[in-house]
Amino acid sequence: MYEGILQDLIDELGKLPGVGPKMAQRIAVHILQSDPETPKKLAELLLILQDRVNFCEMCGTVSEEAQCRICRDPRRDVSQICVVEESKDVIAIERSREFNGRYHVLGGSINPSQDIGPGQLRIKELITRLQDGAVQEVIIATDPDMEGEATSTYLARHLGPLGVTVSRIATGLQMGGDLEYADEVTIGRALSGRRIISQGGIS
Amino acid sequence: MPTYRDQAIVLHTNKLGEADRIITMLTRNHGKVRAVAKGIRKSTSRFGARLEPLNLVDVQLHQGRNLDTVTGVETVAAFSAQASQDYSIWTAGLAMAETTDRIISADHEPANAQFLLFYGGLKALVEEAHSPGLILDSFLIRSMSIAGWAASFDRCAKCDATGPHRWFSVTSGGALCSECKIPGSVTPAPETISLLGALLAGDWASADLSLDKYRKEASGIVAAHLQWHLEREVRSLKHVERRKDETVG
Ligand SMILES: [Zn+2]
Ligand SMILES: [Zn+2]
Repeated sequence: MYEGILQDLIDELGKLPGVGPKMAQRIAVHILQSDPETPKKLAELLLILQDRVNFCEMCGTVSEEAQCRICRDPRRDVSQICVVEESKDVIAIERSREFNGRYHVLGGSINPSQDIGPGQLRIKELITRLQDGAVQEVIIATDPDMEGEATSTYLARHLGPLGVTVSRIATGLQMGGDLEYADEVTIGRALSGRRIISQGGIS
Repeated sequence: MPTYRDQAIVLHTNKLGEADRIITMLTRNHGKVRAVAKGIRKSTSRFGARLEPLNLVDVQLHQGRNLDTVTGVETVAAFSAQASQDYSIWTAGLAMAETTDRIISADHEPANAQFLLFYGGLKALVEEAHSPGLILDSFLIRSMSIAGWAASFDRCAKCDATGPHRWFSVTSGGALCSECKIPGSVTPAPETISLLGALLAGDWASADLSLDKYRKEASGIVAAHLQWHLEREVRSLKHVERRKDETVG
């Protein structure tokens, strides 16, 4: 156990997600021994982060402007909205370069045992975005875990009656993996979400 | 260190470190067990979705000093995937899991009756044997009865006089006669009291015929009774979606 400022810093770092006491100690000692520019730069960024970085008023993703880069881009297809749990999911889908519509960040998934119901997510905002009729399809890309699935079920039931097409991203087998190692739920989902690659019958 | 095998239903999971999870489960023969599933959050994990909450699994565990470790798992019934396709069923299932977790406070103390009740409840939910709200309330009443907190719905909870009685008090343990009633006793509809009795006894023929307004009143009494004994609310209970046919229109 250190004392004073160093221990205070270790305690603060230890409160961060994914940082255990040992890791906190390593980071703090590293900063202490590093060249003075490193902590200065870090401190400056920490100080301005919450003032300067906000959430896009349209889609809810992290943005320094009132609207994010994607929502401002006129080349993006306004007829599709991809619904994700967190901003980091927007980044992941953007990396795939497969999607040219816009996003909607829910801010998590429905999780009753953590006391998170539909009212705590940005579902009302999503429904508002569908009012003008420009959006034809909502693609639900919540996590393929139990909470993500249930959130998707909930959304499908509430968005369907509004007249938009609601789709769920395909989930299933890991690319590059062996079928025999996949669990039953994953295989079952992969089968029910299969797509036809050659249509039979009279041609 | 010994290894053991058992059937288990996953109650909930918590992230641990970078890629692991702590799985809290109720086993058939070893009571509540908390075990680490290493690497489960990596997409290449061989655990896959097997250890999601509500799943019934055949699990192999390595006994540790503090937490056990999951060394192998096979799915027996993938209740999680089935339940998450219906919001009412899913929220009811999670309320069952949280209640079970709270009622069984100690680890490794056999709780076979609760295991069987939980299994039966989940099975009834996904098979849609009855309305999800009724299955949940029946499960809650019977869980409390297993825990030794059974409420009396027919006889007076204080003097044992034969009912039906008009008054009901959660703090006194159930129905009260006109002699024993205490300030703060509520006076539920007689139909509500008889529905509660039917849910405890497993008399589905009459429970299925009950009207929405009595179901709603009954579930309020069950929730109050549960909260009184657990001394803290079951958080997922208020997120349970009661189907349209169960609420007062
Ligand atoms: Zn945006
Ligand atoms: Zn009495």
